[in-house]
Amino acid sequence: MTDDQVDNSRRRLLTITTAGVGLVGAAGLAVPFAASMAPSERARAAGAPVEVDISNLEPGQQLTVEWRGKPVWIIKRTPEVLDLLPDMDGRLVDPASESDQQPDYARNPLRSIRDEILVLVGICTHLGCSPKYQPEIGAVSFDDDWKGGFLCACHGSKFDLAGRVFAGVPAPTNLVVPPHQYLSDTRLLIGEDGAVT
Amino acid sequence: MKTMIMNLMEWVDARFPLSRATREHVTEYYAPKNFNFWYFFGSLALLVLALQIVTGVLLAMNYKPDADLAFASVEYIMRDVKGGWFIRYMHSTGASMFFVVIYLHMFRALLYGSYRNPRELVWIVGMVIYLAMMATAFFGYLLPWGQMSYWGAQVIVNLFETLPIVGGPLSEWIRGDYVISDITLNRFYAFHYLVPFILAGLVFVHIVSMHKVGSNNPDGVEIKKGPKGNRWSEDAPKDGIPFHPYYTVKDLLGTVIFLAVFFAIVFFMPEMGGYFIEQPNYEPANPLKTPEHIAPVWYFTPYYAILRAIPSFAGTQVWGVLGMFASIALLFVLPWLDRSPVKSIRYKGPITKFSLTVFAVTFVVLGWLGTQAPTTNLTIMSQFFTLAYMLFFLLYPCFSAAGTGLTLVARALLGLSVGMVLATIFYWWVLWSGGPTAAVRALYTLLSLVILFVMGILPALRPDTVRPVPERIEK
Amino acid sequence: MRRMVLFLSLLSVPLAAPAAGSAGADLDPVEVSVRDTVSLQNGAKLFVNYCMSCHSARFMRYNRLARDLDIPEDLVKKHMIFNDGKIGDPMLVTMTPEDGEAWFGVAPPDLSLIGKLRDPAWLYNYLRTFYLDDSTVSGWNNKVFPNVAMPHVLSDLQGIQKAVFETRQDRNGSTHDVLVGFELVREGTMTAHEFDDAMRDLTNFLYYMAEPARMVRITWGIWTLLFLAVFGVLAFLLKKEYWRDVH
Repeated sequence: MTDDQVDNSRRRLLTITTAGVGLVGAAGLAVPFAASMAPSERARAAGAPVEVDISNLEPGQQLTVEWRGKPVWIIKRTPEVLDLLPDMDGRLVDPASESDQQPDYARNPLRSIRDEILVLVGICTHLGCSPKYQPEIGAVSFDDDWKGGFLCACHGSKFDLAGRVFAGVPAPTNLVVPPHQYLSDTRLLIGEDGAVT
Repeated sequence: MKTMIMNLMEWVDARFPLSRATREHVTEYYAPKNFNFWYFFGSLALLVLALQIVTGVLLAMNYKPDADLAFASVEYIMRDVKGGWFIRYMHSTGASMFFVVIYLHMFRALLYGSYRNPRELVWIVGMVIYLAMMATAFFGYLLPWGQMSYWGAQVIVNLFETLPIVGGPLSEWIRGDYVISDITLNRFYAFHYLVPFILAGLVFVHIVSMHKVGSNNPDGVEIKKGPKGNRWSEDAPKDGIPFHPYYTVKDLLGTVIFLAVFFAIVFFMPEMGGYFIEQPNYEPANPLKTPEHIAPVWYFTPYYAILRAIPSFAGTQVWGVLGMFASIALLFVLPWLDRSPVKSIRYKGPITKFSLTVFAVTFVVLGWLGTQAPTTNLTIMSQFFTLAYMLFFLLYPCFSAAGTGLTLVARALLGLSVGMVLATIFYWWVLWSGGPTAAVRALYTLLSLVILFVMGILPALRPDTVRPVPERIEK
Repeated sequence: MRRMVLFLSLLSVPLAAPAAGSAGADLDPVEVSVRDTVSLQNGAKLFVNYCMSCHSARFMRYNRLARDLDIPEDLVKKHMIFNDGKIGDPMLVTMTPEDGEAWFGVAPPDLSLIGKLRDPAWLYNYLRTFYLDDSTVSGWNNKVFPNVAMPHVLSDLQGIQKAVFETRQDRNGSTHDVLVGFELVREGTMTAHEFDDAMRDLTNFLYYMAEPARMVRITWGIWTLLFLAVFGVLAFLLKKEYWRDVH
C-alpha cells in the first residue's frame, strides 16, 4: 500500500501550523474575557478626577477629599514650615524624591507644584493605614524634635510635611503625590496631569 | 528537559493513573472508523458546556441576584464592563446552541440505535444530563429579571401547583414566596451556578460508561465483537482507529464549522429574531403587568405545546402536566421499547423509517406550536401532534418487532394506543363545541388512524422487513 | 461533502427561523444605521432637548455618547448636561417616577432600552402619528399606540394634526371608523419632510442607545469569521492528511 508512506514532514508542518493558529484564536478569545475584569466604565466614572475649591483653605489647614476611594490630602503649608523642610534631609530616606512616588512636576524639594500647597494620597506606604496630620512643632510624645508631619498610628511610620518618609521606620518609601493640576488659582483637579505651570 | 518530564510523569503515574487514563480514553481508545457528521455533536456539546461555564463565571463576577439590581446589572455588563456584551451574548447564544447540539446528538442515537444494549446506561445518564440542562436553563432564564424571565418562571412554577394535594405547598416551597420574588431569584441564581458542575460530573460518567462498552456507529456493528488486529495494535478491533489523532483532528474540523455558525449568531443576530433573547425581556420584570404573549424559550416549546394540548377534565388540569412529564419519561425507557433485531436505521425496514420521520417532524412542529398563541386550529393541531408523539413511543415495540411477532408488552401498548386514538377522536367529535370545521377534524382523524395503522397494526399483519447487518463495517 | 452540507444546514436551522417573522404591517419603513454619525448626533440633540425633560436613559453615560458619536466632551458638558452632572454620569432626569405618575397618570419609562423593546419602524411611526383627540386626558392620541398617556411634545416642530377617519364595512357587515390619514391643522417650524428626517434621526439614536455595542459588533464578527475560515482550511487539510491512514 503506497498510501502508507506517510509524509511526516507535511504532517508535522500542518500540525504545528494548525496548533499555532488555534492558540492565536484561544488567545484572541481570552483577551475580552480578561479585559472584562479590568475597571469598568462605572468604576472609571467613580474614579474620575475630582475638582476641589481651595479658596477657603487657611495656612496650616488640611482638607481631605476622596479620589478613587482613597483619601487625598490638600494642605496649605505655612512659610515657617517651608523654611524648616530643607533642614529635614538628614533624617529622611529619600530626601530628593528619587523613587517614583510622584509625577515629574512634583519631583522637587517641596514635592509640589505650588510651594505652599501639598497634595498627597493619604495612605501609608507600609501596609495601607491612613496616617494622621501632626502639624505641631517641638517635642511631641513620639518625637523629641518634631517639625510637623504625619504619623501612622498603625506601625509608627513618620513622614515630614512634604510626605517624605523618615529613616528607621517601617514604611519604605515617601507618600504618593497623585497626578493633579490647577484649573485656576483656586480650583484644583486631582487625578489628571496637566501642563506644569 | 525530556528526562525531567519523563520523571515527573513517572512520579504522577505512581500516584494517579494519568498515562493509563490518557491511553484508555484518548490515544488507545479505538473508535469505529465510520463515524459520520452526526458524531460531531458529542464533542460539540462538551465544548459548549466548557464555554458556558467560563462565560458564566465571568458574568457572575458582575451580575447581582437581587430583584432591585438584577436587570440593571445585566445592562451594566452589556455597556460598562469591557467586552461584557460579547461574554453575555456568548452565554445566551451558548444556552440555545447547547440545546441545538444536544437535540441533534439525541437524534443521532435514535437513528443508529445507540441506546440499545449494551448502551442503555449511556443513554439513561444522557437523559439525566438532558434534565439537568433543562433545569439549568430554566433557572438561568430568570436571572436577567426581564418581563419574559419573570412570567416564564411564574407559569412554569405554577405547573407544579396543578399536582393534587402537594401542588400548592410544593410550588410555594420552590419559590420560597407566594409569587416569584427576590427570594426566588436569589435561590435560582444559586442553583444556576451549582447545577452545571453536577452536569459536568454526569458528563464524566456518560463518557466513561460509553468508553467501557465502546462507541456505536452508523452501521450498528459491534466492532469489539468483530475480528481483531489493525495497524496500531494486534488485539484492538480491526474496524477501530485510535481516537487520537484521527478523531481529534476530525472533531477539530467540526468544531471550527460549529464556531463559525456560533459566532455568526453572537455577532450578527444575538437575539435570533426573538428566539434566543425575547423582546419583552428588555423591560424589567413587572409583577402587575403580563406581556401580551408568553412563550417559553424555543427549547422547551415542544413540551409546552403538549402541556397546552391536553385539556383539563375531571375538575383538574393535572393531565397536561402529566402528559408533559410522560413525554420526557418515555424517552428514558426507549432502550426497552425498541425490539428490532438490528440497531441502525440503515438496516431497518420502511415502517420504522416512516415512524422516525413522523417523530422528527412531530417534534419540530410541536416546538413551533409551543411558540404560538393558541387558537382553535392550532390547539387541535397540537393535540394531533401530541398524539403522534405518544404513539411513536407506545407503538415502538410493535413496529420494531420485525418478524418476531408481537410480545405481551407490545400488545398491551398497542391496546393503550388504540384507546388513546379513539378517546382523542371521541373528544374532538363529541366534546368539542364549535371551533374547527368538520373537514379539519376529519383530516386529523384520518391522519391519526393512518399513523396508528402503519406503526401499530401493519407490523402485526406483515412484519417490517430488515436488511442483514454485515459482519464488519462497510465503508 | 454532501454530509458536511447537511451538518452545516442542520446547525443553521435557527438562522432561517427569524427570517419568517416580520415587522408589524401598516408601518412606514425606516432605515437605521449606527454608522451614520451625523444622524445619531442630531438624534441625540433631539433626545436631550425634548425627551429628556421627562424620560431618563439611566444605562447610558454621557461620555459614552461623546465617544461613540464623535462629540467632544466639553461640547457634551456644555450643551447636553443641564443639571450639575459629570461627564461620566448616566443620563438621568430630575423628575421622580412619583412626579411623573402624578402629572401624566403613568411614570414616563426609562428609554435606554426602548430601541430593543420596540422595532425601529414602530418608534418612527409612533413619533409621527400624534393627533388631536378631545376624548383623552392629554388631548392627544396616537395611531400606533392608542390612548397613550404622553402628550405630543414635538408639536411645535411637526405642527398639529388631526386624524381623518373613514367608515368602512368589514366582512361581517358591521361598520368601523378606520384612521386613513392626517390633516395639518397648524403648521410647525419644520416641513413634513424635515420632520420625517428628524424623526428618523431620533429613531436611529434610540436604536443605537439600546445597544451601543452595535458600533463594534459587526466588525468583530467579520474578523472572527475570517479567522475561522483560515483555521477551517488548516483543520480540513490536517484531517485529510491524517485520514490517509484509514482504509
